[in-house]
Amino acid sequence: MAENENVKKTSKKDSSYISGKESKKISKFNRKLTKKLEKQRADSKVDPSVYRTNMRDKNNIVEFDNVCSYFFTDIGTVKAVDGISFDVPKCSTVGIVGESGCGKSVTSLSLMQLLQRPQGQTVGGEIRFNVGDQGAYDAYNIVKTPTEMMQKIRGKRMSMIFQEPMTSLNPVFRIGDQVDEVISLHNPDMSKEDIKARTLQMLELVGIANKEGVYSMYPHELSGGMRQRIMIAIALACSPELIIADEPTTALDVTIQAQILDLLKELKDKINSSIMLITHDLGVVANMADYVVVMYAGRVIEKGTAKEIFSNPCHPYTIGLMKSKPVVGKKVEALYNIPGSVPNPVNMPDYCYFRDRCESCVERCYDHKEGKSRAEGYGQYPPEIKISDTHVVSCYRYYEEGQVLGYPHPVNVEEL
Amino acid sequence: MLKFILKRLGISVIILIFATFIIYVLECSLPTSYVERTARELATKPGSTKSAQQWIDELNAQYGMDKGIIPGYITWVGNSIRGNFGDSWNWTVPVTEEFNSTVWYSFVLGLIAFILEIIIAIPLGVAAARKQYSVTDYTVTVISLIGISMPTFFVATLLKLIFSVHLGWFELSGMQGRNYAALSDFGKLMDLANHMVLPVITLVLVSMGSLMRYTRTNMLEVLNADYIRTARAKGLPEGKVIGRHAFRNTLIPLVTVLGSSLPGLFAGALITETLFAIRGIGYASYHSMVNGDIPFTMFYLAFASILTLLGNLVADILYAVVDPRVRVN
Repeated sequence: MAENENVKKTSKKDSSYISGKESKKISKFNRKLTKKLEKQRADSKVDPSVYRTNMRDKNNIVEFDNVCSYFFTDIGTVKAVDGISFDVPKCSTVGIVGESGCGKSVTSLSLMQLLQRPQGQTVGGEIRFNVGDQGAYDAYNIVKTPTEMMQKIRGKRMSMIFQEPMTSLNPVFRIGDQVDEVISLHNPDMSKEDIKARTLQMLELVGIANKEGVYSMYPHELSGGMRQRIMIAIALACSPELIIADEPTTALDVTIQAQILDLLKELKDKINSSIMLITHDLGVVANMADYVVVMYAGRVIEKGTAKEIFSNPCHPYTIGLMKSKPVVGKKVEALYNIPGSVPNPVNMPDYCYFRDRCESCVERCYDHKEGKSRAEGYGQYPPEIKISDTHVVSCYRYYEEGQVLGYPHPVNVEEL
Repeated sequence: MLKFILKRLGISVIILIFATFIIYVLECSLPTSYVERTARELATKPGSTKSAQQWIDELNAQYGMDKGIIPGYITWVGNSIRGNFGDSWNWTVPVTEEFNSTVWYSFVLGLIAFILEIIIAIPLGVAAARKQYSVTDYTVTVISLIGISMPTFFVATLLKLIFSVHLGWFELSGMQGRNYAALSDFGKLMDLANHMVLPVITLVLVSMGSLMRYTRTNMLEVLNADYIRTARAKGLPEGKVIGRHAFRNTLIPLVTVLGSSLPGLFAGALITETLFAIRGIGYASYHSMVNGDIPFTMFYLAFASILTLLGNLVADILYAVVDPRVRVN
């Protein structure tokens, strides 16, 4: 009887249909919860010990530690980012790859605290951002940092380049004003002339030939590539320690892509900053990144140095990705594609998210075979398994040979 | 820009000719006729030697209504271009004199309502958009929907009932109190202001709803734009993001709407003025229309057409002022 009910419940859950009553219940719960979370955020202003913390490793600029960013929608809680952990070392480029909707952008927006609130909330984990030694603490926990403090970090210590250069600049202000704005905001002592000089210097740095002319132009007078250069100029104007590039070349054509990426690489070395490069283009990652993080359905499934990921991909998903990219000089009938699709983000399964699409499942992936139980570690979401000093993968195929680091901890929204 | 304006003015003249022609035809086909009514009055007077039909013919000849519609219209255009709009039949003074004596009341009334509308509706619209689906948002939405849905005469009657009949704070209608002549200059002004309160509230209540909704919709659209995220990513405080980056973009559609309604301030508020018996241009034109006063109505409606065309031109020019993307070289 109980089993019967269970089946009924799951079949109801699987369908995308939601009754008005259920929807109302969800909305009510969401409102209550987001209100509470907003209040907590407002209260954290008072006490710095709430949001100041220490880095695990001083050589990292950012450490993501079991970060959970959820969206409270009317059809349920979407766990866009659910317990991801990775580090961005100083002066290096970390590429985050994954398909559309896997949580790459949400990761970066969580780091900037730019999630669409109140629906979007980072509900758990720590994002430690290194600000150097300042008394007892050397880092901010971005998840708990109040907005006022964030405004001092954004644009100055970390900045972001967005994927849509055509719409990311304000159409009613001149280019010069928009670059000036960020410089004057973070350097209140600078005189107007100095600010303008700095802006012109930045425009020159990003390769704009007619800098005086562009200074007094409006965004609509520039091409997409030039606008992206302006965005880079804005992002780099205050020499931030971390640049988040959220698919910076997706909207641009291939020749401009190469130019923009070279520019980013060059400027990064010039101002000694790190880049968190978000993309779904494996070619870009191979070209740019020192470390690669592969994400799937809101979780990190594999991370390691670029060399490890490209020469020895371990997770079946990463292997599938590598197989599905065209290689120059290699003749194939049709490119490989990974079968199936991503699970429904509202109702993620409690086993490996990739199991239903995976072609190389092992015994441990299932808990209903041969009387194996969850308690013995069968059929759960796979833990992070360390297979070399820098290479970590979440797949049971390496359970025996690697060192188990730990499981991701999703947040139970009912308990918040 | 000058070429653009000149071109628009040229087009406006053509539109104006057609508009006034249609108005003239309609005027002449109205079921009410000043000539006929006057003729019947004269015919029934004791000692009248002519029949009603004779009076009609005579008066038609006198007023120039016997030529037919098209020659009559051409005569009207000819006279108007020379600045001669004729005498008002209903008010028995030159049309321009009657217009001049009424339009300023309408203008002041409209201007105060317009300014209040902007001051109230735009900040409320912005506040509603900033906190979408919050209590503020729902309150603003409900208020604006009430404002949009309630007809002017209903709002006016309701206000009269509450504030004049029950509370007795303001007078029911009119522009002057009974002891107006005895008051000092300042007292006269205060008396006039006192009489304007209810009409202004009526106008604001009725018109601010749509502006509020419009502001909210536009602000919401702008707040979801990528450049707002860029502004936040720069580290700008929220006030500056809204006040500078978002508001400048919300202003683009708002200015065109407001700009086009600016010349309309001279057109008067027909229903409100009539309900509160304010001798503004709307009130005067209403009575002219009811009595078939063709010269005055022609003048008023032609004037309103010019205002509408001017409003569109102003809106286009303002659009170019606030939005660099549409500036014409």
